[in-house]
Amino acid sequence: MEKILEVKNLSVEFYKGGKVIPALRDVSITLKENEVLGIVGESGCGKSTLALAILKLIPEREGKIVSGEVLFKREELLSLSDEKLLKVRGDRISIIFQDPFTSLNPLFRIGNQIAESLALHRKENLSTYQIEEEIIELLELVKMSKPKDTMLSYPHQLSGGMQQRVMIAMALSSNPEVLIADEPTTALDVTIQKEILGLLTELQKKLGLSVVLITHDFGIVAQTCQRVSVMYAGSIVEEASTSEIFHNPLHPYTKGLLESLPSREESRDFSQGEKRRLRAISGQVPDPSNLPSGCKFHPRCPIVIEQCKPEEPRLREIIQNHWVRCIRAG
Amino acid sequence: MWKIFWRRFRRNKLAMLGALIIFSLAVVAVIAPLIAPFNPNQQDILHRLEPPSHKHLLGTDDLGRDLLSRIVYGTRVSLFVGFVAVGIAIMIGSLLGLISGYFGGRLDSLIMRFVDIMLCFPTFFLILMVIAFLEPNIWNVMVVIGITGWPGLTRLVRGECLSVREREFVQAAKALGLSNRRVMFVHLLPNVMAPILVSATLGIGGAILTESALSFLGLGVQPPTPSWGNILTAGKDYITLAWWLSLYPGLAILITVLAYNLLGEGLRDVLDPRMMAE
Repeated sequence: MEKILEVKNLSVEFYKGGKVIPALRDVSITLKENEVLGIVGESGCGKSTLALAILKLIPEREGKIVSGEVLFKREELLSLSDEKLLKVRGDRISIIFQDPFTSLNPLFRIGNQIAESLALHRKENLSTYQIEEEIIELLELVKMSKPKDTMLSYPHQLSGGMQQRVMIAMALSSNPEVLIADEPTTALDVTIQKEILGLLTELQKKLGLSVVLITHDFGIVAQTCQRVSVMYAGSIVEEASTSEIFHNPLHPYTKGLLESLPSREESRDFSQGEKRRLRAISGQVPDPSNLPSGCKFHPRCPIVIEQCKPEEPRLREIIQNHWVRCIRAG
Repeated sequence: MWKIFWRRFRRNKLAMLGALIIFSLAVVAVIAPLIAPFNPNQQDILHRLEPPSHKHLLGTDDLGRDLLSRIVYGTRVSLFVGFVAVGIAIMIGSLLGLISGYFGGRLDSLIMRFVDIMLCFPTFFLILMVIAFLEPNIWNVMVVIGITGWPGLTRLVRGECLSVREREFVQAAKALGLSNRRVMFVHLLPNVMAPILVSATLGIGGAILTESALSFLGLGVQPPTPSWGNILTAGKDYITLAWWLSLYPGLAILITVLAYNLLGEGLRDVLDPRMMAE
C-alpha cells in the first residue's frame, strides 16, 4: 500500500514561564492508504500535540515545531506557506477533536456551520439549494435521524453523540483523504462511544479514508486499528500491527498498559471466585519539563537495569515491522 | 436565540422604558419638520423671551425663536452625533481589540500600550484641543469624539477574545482551513458581540453628553443650527429672566442620556448569563 502521510523525526517544544517543555521528541509515524493507525498513550504523552503538529496548528504563542517533516503524498507540509497550507488543512486532511461540546460555535445553526466548510472547500460554486442538499446528504451519511431538523438546530440543542456526528460530517464535507481523530469518543458515554466508533469504521471503509485514531483506550484500538504506535513522554516507544501488539508486546510500557486492562474472560472468572488483580503501572507520567535521563520509562520500569539510565535507547526493528525502543527487548 | 433574548429583555422594565424613550426620540428626529410647530431659525423679535404659552409650548428665546422647535431639531444633532461618534469608536475599538486578543504576542503588547497611553490623556481636554485647532463643526465633533472613545472598548474586546480564542471551536475552525481573518470576524466577533453592544449603548449616552458640553462651550455645533448644548449656552445669559431656556434643553439631555444608560444596563443584564442567576 502507498504511504499517504508520513511524519519524520518531528519535535515540538512548548514554552511556559521561560521553561522549555519538549512535548514531542523525534516522533515518526507512517500512515498507509486505507489504513487506520492507532496512537495510544497516557494523558500528557503528546498524542494531541502530534495531531495538531501534523496540520501546523500548534499555537505560535505557546510553542513551536523545532524540527522534522510532515509528508502528505510526498509533499512537505510544514514548509508550505500559510496560504498553501490552508488548501490542505480541513480540505485533504481533516481533524475531529475530542470535545464536540466546545468544538462547535455556539452561535451558529448546524446547517450554517457545515455550509461554511462546504463553501470553503468545494471548487465549484454551489447554489443555496445544492448546499442544502449536500448538508442533508452529509448528515444522512453520519446517520442523523432527522437531518432537516438538525440543520436548523443550535449546538446546545443536540446531545454529545449528535454533536460528534456533526463534527464528523463537517470533517467529511471536503472529501478528505486523511482523517485525524483526536480521542473522538472520550467525551461521550460508552454506548454512544460504540456507535461513533462503528460509524467511523464504516465510513472509513465506505469512503476509503486513511485514519489516524488517537486514543488512550486499547479496547478501541483492538476494534478499529490495523497498526498501533504507542507513545510515552513525547516519543514513540513501540510500533507494530494491532495483533502483534496484543499478542507479543515487547516494550514494558506496552505490557503494563495491556495488563491494566480487564479482559472479558477474566471478568467472567470473578463470579467463579478466581481473581486476578488488574495491575497498574507504578509511578506517574514524568513531568515533561523535567524528564528523566536515559530511557524515559526507566523510573517506572519493572525490568530496569543500570544500562537503561545513561542513554535513551533507539527505536529498533526487533521483528519485521515491529519496532521497539527498549534495550532489553529482543 | 432572538426569542430568548426578547423574552428576557421584555421582563426588564427599566430597559424597556429606555428603549421606548430612545425609539420615540429617533422618531422625533426623523419627522422633526412635521412635528415642530415653527421653523427653528425663524426669528420674531417682538415676541422674544416669551414664557411657555399655548402658542409657544416651551416659550421663545432671546431672538423670539420657538424653543420647542429648536429642541425638536436639536434631537437630530444629538442622536446623529451619538450614533456616528460611537460607530467610529466601535469600529476602531473592536478591530484593535480583536487583533490584539486573537493574535496576542508583540502586536498585543503594542496595541495595549497604545491604549494605556490613550487612557492617560484627559479625553475631554484632548477633544477641546483638537477642536480648537480644527474648525468647530458637527463633523469634526463626531470624528473627534469617536477617535477618543475607543480605548476602553479595545480592552474589553481583547479580554473577551482572550477567553473565546481558547475555546475549541476556534481551533476547530482553523483546522477546517479557515483563514485568520475569517476566524476572527465570523467566529470570534459574534461571540464577543454582547459586551460591544452594551458598551456602545452606554457610549452613545456619553457621546451625547460630550457633544452637549462642547456645544455649551461654543466649540461644538455652531449656531444657528440648534443643538441642545448651544441652546443651553444661549439660555444661561437669561437664566434669571427666562428659566425655560435652561431648563428644557437640560431636561432633554438628561432624559436622553438616562434612557441610553438604562438601556445599556438592561442589555448588560440580559446578555450576561452570569447575571441571570441573581
